[in-house]
Amino acid sequence: MKKVTKFLSLVLVLAMVVSCLAACGSKNESKNDSKEPAAVKTEFGEQGKVLNIYCWNEEFKQRLEELYPGYSKVDDATGKIGDVTVKWNITPNENNAYQQALDNALKQQGNANADDKVDLFLIEADYALKYVEPNVSLALAEVGIDVAKDFKNQYTYTQDIVKDSKGNIKGTSWQGCPAALIYRTDIAEEVLGTSDVDKVQEYVKDWASFEATAAKMKEKGYTMVAGFDDTYRVFSNNAKSAWVKDGKVQIDDRIWEWVDQAKKFTDNGYNVKDSLWGDNGWKSGFDMSGKVFCYFGPAWFIDFCMNCSEPGSVGEAGKWHITVGPEGYFWGGTWICAAAGTDNEVLIKDIMMKMTADTDTLVKLAQTFSDFVNDQPAMEKLAADNTVGNKYLGGQNIYGILAEGAKKIHIDYASAYDQGCNEKFQAAMKEYFLGNCTKEEALENFKKEIKTLYPELNTDDLKVK
Amino acid sequence: MSETTNTNTIKHTRLGRNKWGYIFLVPFFVTFLVFSLWPLIQTIYFSFFTKYTTQMFEEVEEFCGLKNYKEIFSADTMRLFFNTFVLWIIGFVPQILVSLLLASWFANNRLRIRASGFFKTVIYLPNLIMAIAFGMIFYLMFARSGPLFHLFENLGFITGDYDFWAHVGSTRILISSINFLMWFGNTTILLMAGIMGINDSLFEAAEVDGASQFQVFRKITLPILKPILVYVMITSLIGGIQMFDVPQIITKGMGNPAGRDIFKTSQPAIKTVIMQLSASISKSNNYGSAGALSVVLLIVTGILSFFVYLSMVHRDDNDK
Repeated sequence: MKKVTKFLSLVLVLAMVVSCLAACGSKNESKNDSKEPAAVKTEFGEQGKVLNIYCWNEEFKQRLEELYPGYSKVDDATGKIGDVTVKWNITPNENNAYQQALDNALKQQGNANADDKVDLFLIEADYALKYVEPNVSLALAEVGIDVAKDFKNQYTYTQDIVKDSKGNIKGTSWQGCPAALIYRTDIAEEVLGTSDVDKVQEYVKDWASFEATAAKMKEKGYTMVAGFDDTYRVFSNNAKSAWVKDGKVQIDDRIWEWVDQAKKFTDNGYNVKDSLWGDNGWKSGFDMSGKVFCYFGPAWFIDFCMNCSEPGSVGEAGKWHITVGPEGYFWGGTWICAAAGTDNEVLIKDIMMKMTADTDTLVKLAQTFSDFVNDQPAMEKLAADNTVGNKYLGGQNIYGILAEGAKKIHIDYASAYDQGCNEKFQAAMKEYFLGNCTKEEALENFKKEIKTLYPELNTDDLKVK
Repeated sequence: MSETTNTNTIKHTRLGRNKWGYIFLVPFFVTFLVFSLWPLIQTIYFSFFTKYTTQMFEEVEEFCGLKNYKEIFSADTMRLFFNTFVLWIIGFVPQILVSLLLASWFANNRLRIRASGFFKTVIYLPNLIMAIAFGMIFYLMFARSGPLFHLFENLGFITGDYDFWAHVGSTRILISSINFLMWFGNTTILLMAGIMGINDSLFEAAEVDGASQFQVFRKITLPILKPILVYVMITSLIGGIQMFDVPQIITKGMGNPAGRDIFKTSQPAIKTVIMQLSASISKSNNYGSAGALSVVLLIVTGILSFFVYLSMVHRDDNDK
């Protein structure tokens, strides 16, 4: 027994010593590293040795691996472009974790070694201005891109989202996310007597018709929409004012319109009383056994969120179709930004040009990943192509309707606080829809959430409309 | 002369030996100073500041006196303490009762429960699952698409459009049940250790005197078990005040559904103190108000523990 204890303690001590030495070893290595030049010669001239990319999922990585010429995969978190090592720093989006990781990295940007600096990072529309407005990202002009000339094929709204108050465009996207109304053809046939896209559009062409159709659906035992906030973005995208102006929170009339509609829909039983993405029935409409007439969403929503490949789903049966719906809007999208302080400007310019402005690459991207890509001629070409059809939509070619919608999107009223305001407002109003509090109380609770989330904002003037 | 040398050597060797004691204590004190005491002092210091990071990466820091504390002593924060307390008490009452019962059964030699080792392990198992996983499983099982929802629906207790997570009462009961399930095994084992420490001859003497099982439990087991009960009570109370993970995951950080309870306005009824603290820190690094809340929490925890301790110990003295 004693021998065993002695042996064990010896092993433990050894383990400790070895790990200490190992730590020292790696320190020495990194010292040696920093003695070497941080730059390497590439076909683009002298560039930083490491390209650090910050993002929250595999989306951009897959696209770069597949389509960027000269990219070779080393392992799941690294790749090579010529002599430059590409390092993927992926932090999942849950609970704001991605933004926290990115914020911390950007804060260290001034002191970090050239090889540890953020070079490229990805952002979403809802919080784009947070990274566009302050000095953490480079204007495209600074990496040598002439937006008016080089990006003339892109949809303008994708540039508006990443435009700062001085008019600099600071990011670019390979996709556009115009969204439409996605309806079930068999329910349309039964209740409205037609499943033809143009005729169904007549029943949902504005919000008054939409509501009248909802009543018809209810009579036959169907619900018009699934969740409280399925229509939220349609209203909020078409708002006439931003969430925050001069440090004050304001709520647009269009958003109050949504509140009243969602309350009415809930009380009348036109929805299934669940939130977007919820587990309380919101997803039930994806199956043939469901009772939901329509959802709202862009191309990625149909392909990745509606469980279309699963047996028994509406998508598998090819019973979905899309139509324009009451109003045009967009949902989602990913933008690439060059971080201030990067030492890889030339390579970044090339990545941006190839991945977001090269028509051939973008057509391939659309075909490989079924993205709605950010290139007007490419999309119009695909829209006119009769052989292109989405099998989940019974072979319908969606590019025409979406491309038409994409041209009409205008983003005039964005703020850096949109994500938090949208989330907290929907969550607070849900309690009003459920009858757990009054509209006034819901607004008060929203104000408190905002005060916690963004202490710098003033919410005193908010009133119920 | 020789005497002084003697004491000197004794002193010397004692110090020589004691030196090792101090050296072995160093790691603890260093970690305590760096990772506990220093952050604690900083928390108290920052609680007198308005200190946060704006959405635009600007750091705001200015002295504000007691402003953060004034904001805490508003009805809203009382609400958070109320919510936390309700969630704790709904879970704790059944927990202590069931644990007492199980512990006295397991520790009772006369009952000779078969495979008691197996059962002791089984009731402890829920504690090994992460609270977040537990919360998620419960959430999904009681969601409209979940198996337990369908079970209750088929039994006729609820209708198809009922929503467990949309009502304050059902949400509170379910969250407290999770805490109950997670912790009753732990409490049982603690109490059992206490009961088994009681001298058998006391039980035998009581039985010879003709005491019933219930009398034995009330007059012998409970009084002797009191120190352990105090311990269980205090640790559970401190754990309860810090309740966070289960309600956070189930309400997605919002603390909804909203309810009125004993208050005038309807507010999130599941939001606990630590959930508010976490919300202040996570996005805006609001060390000012989060710091003030932590300090208040520290004081409240101290006072409550002291009261529980006093009441238990005091009654103990009276009994004598």
